[in-house]
Amino acid sequence: MSEPVSALRRARYAGFVTVEEAGLQGMVQIRGDLSSDAFTSAVSDAAGVPMPGLREASLDGRNGLLWMSPDELMLLCPYPEADRAMARLQATLSDTHHLALNVSDARAMFTLQGNGVRDVLAKLAPVDMAPDAFRPGMLRRTRLAQVAAAFWLRSDTQAEVICFRSVAPYMMELLSTAARPGSAVGLHGG
Amino acid sequence: MLTLKCPYCGVQAEETELHAGGEAHLTRFGPDSSDDDFETYLFTRENPKGVHFERWRHSHGCGKWFHAARCTMTLEVFGTYPAQTTEPPQDIRDAITAKRPGWTWREFS
Repeated sequence: MSEPVSALRRARYAGFVTVEEAGLQGMVQIRGDLSSDAFTSAVSDAAGVPMPGLREASLDGRNGLLWMSPDELMLLCPYPEADRAMARLQATLSDTHHLALNVSDARAMFTLQGNGVRDVLAKLAPVDMAPDAFRPGMLRRTRLAQVAAAFWLRSDTQAEVICFRSVAPYMMELLSTAARPGSAVGLHGG
Repeated sequence: MLTLKCPYCGVQAEETELHAGGEAHLTRFGPDSSDDDFETYLFTRENPKGVHFERWRHSHGCGKWFHAARCTMTLEVFGTYPAQTTEPPQDIRDAITAKRPGWTWREFS
């Protein structure tokens, strides 16, 4: 049996912010009616975290739920548990219209650590990264330079970014370039 | 820079996060329609100097289609609204009337 590997095998770059490919991360893409209690409670049970609100990330360690669109959520869990979480979801939702798909191998995740995380993201995305506008726990689905991505803050010094696995090398170079020592803008600390 | 508020996810999205989808509120004519109706649907578009209604997709965000009412001359945005409608909602029409009294666009005013 082949051994699963992440897109960049935990590539790391230390600039004014440390950029690291986060390694294997379980991700289950879920679609359904977010106004249905049956759907939201099943999803929340499978993820082990409360439902996120509009444009929020509900996180507990490696587990989490991300609000992706008015009818879409992303479930985060440790890599080996993704299939189990999806099976549990499908069992509880057998009578409810929904879609669930294990996309762990089709996505890549990056962690950014340092005082300048807001600066790095502000360089690449058309998003207001001011501390009072984008707070930890909020999620934004947008583009980083030329590729689609979603990111959220775990704290004021730690951010996580997900993107398609096919663009992981581009994303790594992009984040590394934006985090190059001496290139801090200093608008948001760092 | 044009920014539009996505009515689904509430993001004030700027132009590069969006994709323009052409004129809004088209009536579609399919296989059993007359040649004239089909030609009009396919080719005839408004090209106003002033109030205009457009479809936009929040393509780098939540992925939803929505409608926007804006002025092609000043780029002023009167409002955005969900796409599940065949005509501009009253609050959008009122907002336009407040700024451009006497406006018309296709059969709407």
